[in-house]
Amino acid sequence: MTSREKILMTIKANQPATTKLPNITEFDHEVEGSLLKFSSVLAGVGGKVAYVSGYPEIIRIILNRNDNNLRIVSPVKELSALNTEKLVDLTSSHNLHNVEWAVLNAQFGVAENGAVWITDKEMGQRVLPFVTQHLAVVIKAANIVATMHQAYELISKTTYGFGTFIAGPSKTADIEQSLVIGAHGPRSMTVFIIEGHKHAEGI
Amino acid sequence: MIARNKKEHAELAQEFNRDEDRVNWHDETLWWIREKRDKSAHQIPEWEHLREAASQIKNNVLSNLHNYLLQFEKNAISNGIELHWAANADEHNRIVHRLINEANVVRMVKSKSMLTEECGLNEYLAQHGIEVIDSDLGERIVQLAEEPPSHIVLPCIHKKKEEIGEIFHKHLGIEANISDPQFLTETARQHLRGIFLTRKVALTGVNFAVAETGEFVVCTNEGNADMGAHLADVHIASMGIEKIIPERKHLGVFLRLLTRSATGQPITTYSSHFKTPRDGKKIHIIIVDNGRTVQLGRKDFRNSLKCIRCAACFNTCPVYRRSGGHSYHTAIAGPIGSILAPNLDMKKYADLPFASTLCGSCSNVCPVKIDIHEQLYKWRQVIVKNGYASTTKKAGMQAMTWTLSSPFLYHLAGKAGRWVIKYAPFAVNNKLNPWYKHRDMPASPEWSFSEWYQKNRQN
Repeated sequence: MTSREKILMTIKANQPATTKLPNITEFDHEVEGSLLKFSSVLAGVGGKVAYVSGYPEIIRIILNRNDNNLRIVSPVKELSALNTEKLVDLTSSHNLHNVEWAVLNAQFGVAENGAVWITDKEMGQRVLPFVTQHLAVVIKAANIVATMHQAYELISKTTYGFGTFIAGPSKTADIEQSLVIGAHGPRSMTVFIIEGHKHAEGI
Repeated sequence: MIARNKKEHAELAQEFNRDEDRVNWHDETLWWIREKRDKSAHQIPEWEHLREAASQIKNNVLSNLHNYLLQFEKNAISNGIELHWAANADEHNRIVHRLINEANVVRMVKSKSMLTEECGLNEYLAQHGIEVIDSDLGERIVQLAEEPPSHIVLPCIHKKKEEIGEIFHKHLGIEANISDPQFLTETARQHLRGIFLTRKVALTGVNFAVAETGEFVVCTNEGNADMGAHLADVHIASMGIEKIIPERKHLGVFLRLLTRSATGQPITTYSSHFKTPRDGKKIHIIIVDNGRTVQLGRKDFRNSLKCIRCAACFNTCPVYRRSGGHSYHTAIAGPIGSILAPNLDMKKYADLPFASTLCGSCSNVCPVKIDIHEQLYKWRQVIVKNGYASTTKKAGMQAMTWTLSSPFLYHLAGKAGRWVIKYAPFAVNNKLNPWYKHRDMPASPEWSFSEWYQKNRQN
């Protein structure tokens, strides 16, 4: 008998009588996500929020911050002017090791925990949002849900090979519980919220 | 090779207790994390409903695990993932070794996986000439110090920053006497970037595996699991059979509970959902039993398989906070570890269910409502019945049986006890009384209740 058969057989013999799954629709009561809550929770986990009028403003802000002319990569069509190389090579993970800024679209944000949902469709390479020194993502103000329950409702309508919730810059508190921003991934995370009428607030 | 200690919990706790300042720091720091958990939980009005839902989902998983595993297998395979089944730690380790060999490499990077700690994977691979580097900062620190992790979420919570500076001075070439956490973290970042970029095989744990979709979720704050997995050609994910959840929407419940319970954060920085491998790359999942199917058959203890490894029970436990993770001499310490370990080896871990005050705080903070303290109490009975209690404990219990079954002996013993505690406390507080190690004696009363009653009845 293979281990697979042995494990499955023992489970079948040992598992208790079937119990029902709970109804979790009761958690869906908060329908609208609050932009204010999203921003304050994200700030609480070390992320930065900037309200912008549109993609051109994002380009201006990022270029202003990139004094040393370091490498910027963005798979976003509207942000192609940001790319520091003419032809962005997203075929290899490893050649992204020295990216300073990665700017990606996110599908939506979650107000209760400040996370944004990004899939491999927005990433170009899966490693990009992790390997970059600084991460910026763009979401529309209308695309903020209240809780993770609504988040999975949206996710259920999509397909992906890889998707991740990102809430703030990478961090660790492994040394005496002192919070240090910039563990293995980005040292900063900025979420640009396109709202239409508001102007950028300093990031 | 990291040798786990053969001493018992009380003895190991005593060693940890030699440095009083450190114990106080450890105690206060973990309590502070417990308080952060409370603050975070209290911001969610439906928190208790979420715990109940999570508990019911996990009950359903255990009651239908056979079918969920088959469903997960089918979906994962159709997503292009390769599946392997391991009956025990040794088989798991051999599968990992084979996959490394097939990739023609001798080095691997690994993010946090308590299952691989349980299986002794690093030691096994080291014996076979494979170098494993742990990439979680806390795990890297204890790996360099040649120690096991002392906490499942905060692996080096027992270490002071000065000691970490010394470890990095010795192994990573920084100057001596550096203890700034920012500088030390940056040192590890630079060191581990080089590792991530050069390793072709990466191993991660699994927080949740979704039967409905065949995907699995890995949660980290540092981003180390993703750095390893997305830069490697081969991603190996090791999971216990109990990591299955039925549907993706259930992640909504678990991801709301997990990190709030663990550290008080609203969610980990990264909650990564792996569904298919990248083009031309491979993902392998190893589904491991290692005693879990036996635990599933133990009616009183099967609930322990609901655990999502948040460590809230560690942080709240008055015994864990003051005895340190290493005193549990097992991969998963704390209250939950004390009900998991005796299932693996009842004799070796017979001491652990006794390393508790049974105060119940662990059960109260558990996000999936495991009756931890009740199971600890039940394990004590099973252990004594099976003859695995320590000799001194057995002798004490035998003496207690004689005393309690004779009114004469009972009254005599009471008198003697009060006299001894008052005039000769050293007779109780000594090496022959392991019970005393855990406790302080109260002041001895002048007389017993029956003496008082005899006297006062006449008034």
